[in-house]
Amino acid sequence: MQHTISILVENKFGVLTRVAGLFSGRGYNIDTLNVGPTQDPALSRMTVVTHGDDATLEQIVKQLNKLPNVLKVQSFQEGEYVDRELVLAKVNVDSTSRAEVMQITDIFRAKIVDVQPRTLTIEITGSSSKVEKFLDLMKTFGVVELTRTGQVAMPRK
Amino acid sequence: MSRKTGIAKKKSATTTPKARAEVGPAMFGRDIFVQALEREGVEVIFAYPGGASMEIHQALTSSKIRTILPRHEQGGSFAAEGYARATGKAGVCMGTSGPGATNLVTAIADAYMDSCPLIAITGQVNQNMIGRGAFQETDIIGVTLPIVKHSYLVTDIKDIPRIVKEAFYIAQSGRPGPVVIDLPKNIQQAKAQPVWPTFEEVKKGLPGYTQPDLKADDLALNEIIGLIEKAERPVLYCGGGIITSGAAAELKKFAEATNIPVTTTLMGVGGFPETHPLSLRWLGMHGSASANWAVNGEYELRKSFNDPMVKLKDGADLLLAFGVRFDDRVTGKFEEFCKNGTIVHVDIDASELNKNRKAHLPVVGDIKDALTRLNAMVARRPIFQKRPAWLAQIAEWQKKGPFAYRITPEIANSDHMKDHLGGQENQVILQQMVIEMLYEMTQGEAYITTGVGQHQMWAGQWYKYKYPRQLITSAGLGSMGYGYPAALGVKVALPDKQVVDIDGDGSFLMNIQELATAHIEKIAAKAIILNNQHLGMVVQWEDNFYEGNRGHTYLGDPEHRAHIYPDYVRVCNSFNVKCERVMYKKDLRAALQRMLDADEPYVLDVVTPYSTHVIPFIPAGRTVADMIWKP
Repeated sequence: MQHTISILVENKFGVLTRVAGLFSGRGYNIDTLNVGPTQDPALSRMTVVTHGDDATLEQIVKQLNKLPNVLKVQSFQEGEYVDRELVLAKVNVDSTSRAEVMQITDIFRAKIVDVQPRTLTIEITGSSSKVEKFLDLMKTFGVVELTRTGQVAMPRK
Repeated sequence: MSRKTGIAKKKSATTTPKARAEVGPAMFGRDIFVQALEREGVEVIFAYPGGASMEIHQALTSSKIRTILPRHEQGGSFAAEGYARATGKAGVCMGTSGPGATNLVTAIADAYMDSCPLIAITGQVNQNMIGRGAFQETDIIGVTLPIVKHSYLVTDIKDIPRIVKEAFYIAQSGRPGPVVIDLPKNIQQAKAQPVWPTFEEVKKGLPGYTQPDLKADDLALNEIIGLIEKAERPVLYCGGGIITSGAAAELKKFAEATNIPVTTTLMGVGGFPETHPLSLRWLGMHGSASANWAVNGEYELRKSFNDPMVKLKDGADLLLAFGVRFDDRVTGKFEEFCKNGTIVHVDIDASELNKNRKAHLPVVGDIKDALTRLNAMVARRPIFQKRPAWLAQIAEWQKKGPFAYRITPEIANSDHMKDHLGGQENQVILQQMVIEMLYEMTQGEAYITTGVGQHQMWAGQWYKYKYPRQLITSAGLGSMGYGYPAALGVKVALPDKQVVDIDGDGSFLMNIQELATAHIEKIAAKAIILNNQHLGMVVQWEDNFYEGNRGHTYLGDPEHRAHIYPDYVRVCNSFNVKCERVMYKKDLRAALQRMLDADEPYVLDVVTPYSTHVIPFIPAGRTVADMIWKP
């Protein structure tokens, strides 16, 4: 089962390693990880997406809470949070496919941020389902390069 | 809505420490550091110098802190653990960078497992050399990450006072644990005016560390009282948390007021007097049969692990698990542990709740606080059930399966009898006899440390502990070599107490160099080596599960099996430590008396058979239905 965990931490060196170590030490892979400062420059927010059984996740969340540098841990359930991801995708195009790629980009409200003779670089933002759908469609044209920020999430309330 | 997991932590209010902090004159980093230790009340540090820590040693030469030079960093760090376990105050050890630091790692892991407050200081290479593969450089913060409660790499001389104060606070509060401070040499050599923060300032600067303030909520405590009132067969299962939080008196009061029998973990031994009528002694793999039956019920001994479990008598219907962590050596197979009882689990560490065994009522909070409030509730509304049937059942179990030993055919026919006791077989000394005699001769007042293995289990079984902190043993990590250095730390902390390391020959040899520390520093810690020339616990498993095939468990000299090897008398004498070998039962009492009377370090090398098994025995991952308990 997939879990999205939001962790508010002190903005200090080594904190990322301590957090990541709790996952790796239990043989858990982190699917995506995003870290950035919050409105308070002394604090950072990490969003971790991982999957595994509930008992192990409960244990990881409790262990996260024990770290002195961690201020707050939230484990989100389906539907109670908003999440976004930003993706840059470099897609193969030629004179015949360029128009179609641009059209799909438009439908998804994505943006073309760079144009080269044989490729388009597209920026897309959205929930994971939207992003996945878009990337699926782009596969038929050929995705040359892909970079993703990983999910960022925030509770609705 | 988001599900708030664990305990919601308050966001920090940034403070201006200048208001009340005290500013000192300009000093070297090394002196600031040592003064910071003095301000934490450090009396003794176990430290082995090297290039990256010698600056601090220079500062220590003019400090009131006693510096004890161990002969190996592992010995020093185990001694610091012994000191911490005996006093409840943080033990302090130090090593230089690189190998000095990595030699501290076992004790750090040990302290992490046994929740022991330990401050491990490591020198580090100059900051501009970090990451360049400098001589004796190791990323010790990285190495120790999964085995510390917290750690600090000091990057600014101005941070020293705050970091040291934070480190001691974190190590000693809540669920205690090890904290590493890694201090680069150039910071030790730099100069600055220290700003000494107050405790309140330090606490405010740790917004994410709320563990020390956790208290059980009233509703949960009321529910516990309700469960006790309904229970017919309650048992208290208490661990190291009782000792750490200083709740032994509260536990005794609570057990007596509710008339509930008490079993402890090995870490909890002494948290409840083992001489008390309500004491079931300790439970688990090698714990007392009566404690295991009381918790789990009595079953017919299964021939095979696949046979069904046939219950003879019911065990606890209510298990009050206070300050414990449901270690696998206690529970055996997790799901079968106290299968038919309601489990209440109170612990200060939320991550222990529902970790190994799901609790019906998990409660986060300090156990001393919880017991104090429970006692107040019981005082207001006394519990009238005396449960005579349950107590009678327990008395019957205690009578049926006490700790016991005998000379089994395996012992009688062993090489030990032929090689070492030819013609004097009736003079054989069993390990249990030695500890039983020591208990009697010290009136149960000695402080005992142990190595790891069979002797450790017997030290738990055959000595009865009356006080918290009286048994100091590496329980969670099971670090061989712990016993003698730990005894040195205990003796330094409690110079007026009789401190005896009950050890095995394998464990003792692992830190034998600390005999030098004992002699030079005049630390009169005693040691009894229960010398069976083997790794006894592994031998026991070989006998049980590998048809007695010996896989490198013989520690003697295979070409001269009749001789005891190594010769501990000669080894000890070369360290100027008194030692005598005891082979025959008739010599044991007098030898023990000489050891106890000595006002200097003293070692008894007691030669024992290797075919003695620790009984009771529940094989790993098995159940009480698989318990071998008849000697």
